[in-house]
Amino acid sequence: MTALAFRTAAAIATDVADGRLRAADVVADTLSRIEQIDPLLNAFTAITAERARARAVAIDADVAAGHAVGPLAGVPFAVKNLIDIAGLPTLAGSKINRDHPPAQADATLVSRLEDAGAILVGALNMGEYAYDFTGENAHEGPSRNPHDRTRMSGGSSGGSGSAVGGGLVPLALGSDTNGSIRVPASFCGLFGLKPTYGRLSRHGSFPFVSSLDHLGPLARSVEDLALAYDAMQGHDPLDPVSVARAPEPVSEGLSGGITGLRIASAAGYFRAGASAEALAALDAVAAALGVTRQIEIPEAARARAAAYVITTTEGAALHLDRLRTRAADFDTDVRDRLIAGALVPAAAVAQAQKFRRWYRAAVLRLFDEVDAILAPATPFVAPLIGQKTMMLQGQPVPLRPNIGIYTQPISFIGLPVVAVPVKTATGLPIGVQIITAPWREDLALRIAQALETNGIAHAPHPPQEV
Amino acid sequence: MTEEHLDAFITAGTALLDLPIRPEWQAAIRMHLAISLSHAQTVLAFPLPDESDPAPVFVP
Repeated sequence: MTALAFRTAAAIATDVADGRLRAADVVADTLSRIEQIDPLLNAFTAITAERARARAVAIDADVAAGHAVGPLAGVPFAVKNLIDIAGLPTLAGSKINRDHPPAQADATLVSRLEDAGAILVGALNMGEYAYDFTGENAHEGPSRNPHDRTRMSGGSSGGSGSAVGGGLVPLALGSDTNGSIRVPASFCGLFGLKPTYGRLSRHGSFPFVSSLDHLGPLARSVEDLALAYDAMQGHDPLDPVSVARAPEPVSEGLSGGITGLRIASAAGYFRAGASAEALAALDAVAAALGVTRQIEIPEAARARAAAYVITTTEGAALHLDRLRTRAADFDTDVRDRLIAGALVPAAAVAQAQKFRRWYRAAVLRLFDEVDAILAPATPFVAPLIGQKTMMLQGQPVPLRPNIGIYTQPISFIGLPVVAVPVKTATGLPIGVQIITAPWREDLALRIAQALETNGIAHAPHPPQEV
Repeated sequence: MTEEHLDAFITAGTALLDLPIRPEWQAAIRMHLAISLSHAQTVLAFPLPDESDPAPVFVP
């Protein structure tokens, strides 16, 4: 293990800013660890070593000159390869996009993290075109779970989960359309933030389903998640859904505690079909927070169905021409779902968007009564790579479309969620979602911080050097 | 809906959309179409008034 593996972003940034640690040494350590460990995890698809070294030199020069450096000074990070990195084609997990010209500029969020002092070290593996919950990829091979390399990392931000969970970087960016940050956070034992829809810019990322697409961070501590989130906030006129809302920093208030917060645990749909491990984790979190109230999120199953319909049809529309001309170059699991999506009647899509408004109003009414709702992030711990079916309420069902049953009804209406990792009796981690009202990421992160402080939520190190 | 119905729908729909498919893809497409249509039925079964507006709102 390298000297800095598993050090938090906050600790690195403090040491670099204070001159106790050189950014150049952080980068050297990180690149060395990636070289050693990534062949086992398959998290990275590109490593931006020269760029990272140059950036580190500049930061070290600033420190030496007594200039102010940002709150993420010297912190290595990597991004899901649907996020633009200047000079590289934006693959979005595909073979087809390898033919695309290199991105002309970095995505907005990459620029904002680097403006805060962070150092980009590479691009990360992902499920093709983000239509995935497994972390498997036919072209690159699967990104692997650092806690058991025979198991899925979760998708579609699988490389993000592998890289942070395996201690290759303390911070990564992912995207979440239906659960693609929260699922790998759950399987890889990480903290993940899917912010309110429109909070963080998506400019410079390859789209999937515009009205559902979010970007956000994964990290091994709540503090790191908050640091990254704060650095990335702020309106971006280049993303049409970015809200004109002033940044609302959360790091300062992170340790504010949970006194006075009204928290409930989701019942009904969110318990049906959950494994014993998922329920035990949910109940442990609820007990630690003193939560006794259960709440029913109305029509959650239908919300999941509506998210599914919008996703498969919009995804099919996005890729229709590629399906016509290069179908054989798709990952077969993705291609066959997209072709099916192209055939779904338009009436269902129109109704799904109308139902979405109804559902949004119904769920927002719940936040008159509670400040946060707890729910499982995934129905089970990470499945085996290659597994095709799962048991849901006693019935075998296809695995790939069903891993996101608990995440989809939440992102469907753009609510902010922090996924927190909890240890299970299997030894593998699983995530619990902390869901709050729109724009209340601060509350979700405060609750997550309370859970991390009391030890219920914890990002575990892999049981052995992966 | 029977497998035959789904296969006929896939054949007609992919021809209409000019989507070339190979015979060996048919079973997986059928499975995914059945899942998607089941979700579509769930959505369409929800009663909404004629005056309902969709969630995305166009702002000129």
